[in-house]
Amino acid sequence: MNNQLNVEIPSDSEVIIGILNNSDSVLKKLYLAYFPMVLQLIINNNGDEDEAKDIYQEAIIVLYNKIKRGDFELSSKLKTYIYSVCRRLWLKRLKQLNRNAGNIKDFEEYLPVEDEMERHEERDMQINKMGEALKLLGEPCKTIMEDFYMHNRSMQDICERFGYTNADNAKTQKYKCLQRLKKLFFQQ
Amino acid sequence: MRDNQLLEMIDRYLTGEMMPQEREEFELLRQKDNSVNAKVEEHKNFTSLIKQYNERVNLETRLNAIHQEVDVHTLKDDLMAHPSWIVQMWRNHHSKISVAASVAILAVLLTLFITGDLSNKDPRFQQLKADVERVKFQQDRLGKQQQNIINTVKTGPSANAKFRGTGFAISSNGYIVTNFHVVNGGDSVYVQNDAGESFHTKVIYTDPANDLAFLQIIDTAFKNLGPIPYTFKKAKSDLGEEVYTIGYPGNDIKIAPGALTGATGFKGDTTEYELYIPVNPGNSGGPLLDNKGNIIGIINGKQTEAMGVGFAVKSNYLLKSISNIPADSLSKTLSLNTKNTMASLSRPQQIKKLRNYVFMVKVYNQ
Repeated sequence: MNNQLNVEIPSDSEVIIGILNNSDSVLKKLYLAYFPMVLQLIINNNGDEDEAKDIYQEAIIVLYNKIKRGDFELSSKLKTYIYSVCRRLWLKRLKQLNRNAGNIKDFEEYLPVEDEMERHEERDMQINKMGEALKLLGEPCKTIMEDFYMHNRSMQDICERFGYTNADNAKTQKYKCLQRLKKLFFQQ
Repeated sequence: MRDNQLLEMIDRYLTGEMMPQEREEFELLRQKDNSVNAKVEEHKNFTSLIKQYNERVNLETRLNAIHQEVDVHTLKDDLMAHPSWIVQMWRNHHSKISVAASVAILAVLLTLFITGDLSNKDPRFQQLKADVERVKFQQDRLGKQQQNIINTVKTGPSANAKFRGTGFAISSNGYIVTNFHVVNGGDSVYVQNDAGESFHTKVIYTDPANDLAFLQIIDTAFKNLGPIPYTFKKAKSDLGEEVYTIGYPGNDIKIAPGALTGATGFKGDTTEYELYIPVNPGNSGGPLLDNKGNIIGIINGKQTEAMGVGFAVKSNYLLKSISNIPADSLSKTLSLNTKNTMASLSRPQQIKKLRNYVFMVKVYNQ
């Protein structure tokens, strides 16, 4: 077997603490540890490596958010959890693509993750809608929204960056931008 | 308060920019005014979505950077189960293969169905049990007459028979033979004699391979038939022999004369004779006799493609079948007649004797 398969597997608690502390190196270890498992699942079930990447990254995002929210219980192994999420995501994708009747060739044990994935999909849809709305927003609104709501910059900073003569003008502009963003978001 | 001012306050409240006193006042306002509270929640959710979007984009960027370091192709080669070419071909083309196979199977079935090879029944061969529906007009014509007979006899059911055929006595104490296909599927079987009397019978033994069925009259109204005038021929009959049959293709007894034309039956069936004889539905189960009044067979079918070609089960198979009847199925002794009393009679005289021993077999089912 290849070296890649012999990567260092971080312990589950190391991953959880690392993610809570925004550790890049732990995220990398996690990613490298379980990607081969998921690649194996996808390519042996009518998928290719790019689809494996998409599915795996989505599963990592699900796990990441779950840990960040603080509701990952160590009742199951991370490995099993990641496999189960990927399996569920891939089954759904296969169904959408009409490529498979619903039988999957399995390589690992798996858990039921239906409810959780439905919640994830709901949230994911909202976030995608937000992404679309921000893309349509245009400048300078996009930067103002990003600076204020994403990067937590103060109105004073924003005022200076955009050369507004006084803070009230900047506030009015921010208000208008927010209203536009809401409109774009709810129109979809 | 104007909407933009309220939102500005909410933003300051959520980012924690408010002075403690201002904050306290705002919280009071939230408690008092439900619409303000709802606005705070809504704004909080909406701006958190902006944050979540940002976080996800960041995380995706980080993951993509990590992914760059994975040697996907080497991994893929290692992890791919390498199925044989036939499995791969099936995986890649299974829908096409399936469609092709279905079309082929359908075509074969359709061809078989159209040519008639699919069913066990060859369309060129017709079993001669009469479907009563088909001769209903005849019955209607005779309706009144028949009703009178049924009324006077009273032993037959008033419902119309589902199928009909012919049968004849093999012993004087009420054993009758007919074709298996006549009684098959029925749940009660009656026989009616030349005088129009019906008797209830019971099927005591069937021999589907030779298309034979044996009935016993179990009706209390039944009395002994008297000595059977014919015998059963053990040897094979010769081609060209003049033969005749007697039966109920309609509502009354009919004679059909003919000749033995072949030593094998339909499609070379060695258990049957081929005949040149005008037989019709209803003749099934009728006796086939030679000039001397020996039973040489039992009519069981005709060819639909050629006029006047009929078939009969050979009498030696009938004898074999009789000897196979289990002893406990026989409540009375079944002894075959060995003395032929018709040998020297002319055909009309033979028929006069014979008609009392030939029955219409009526089969009923629910």
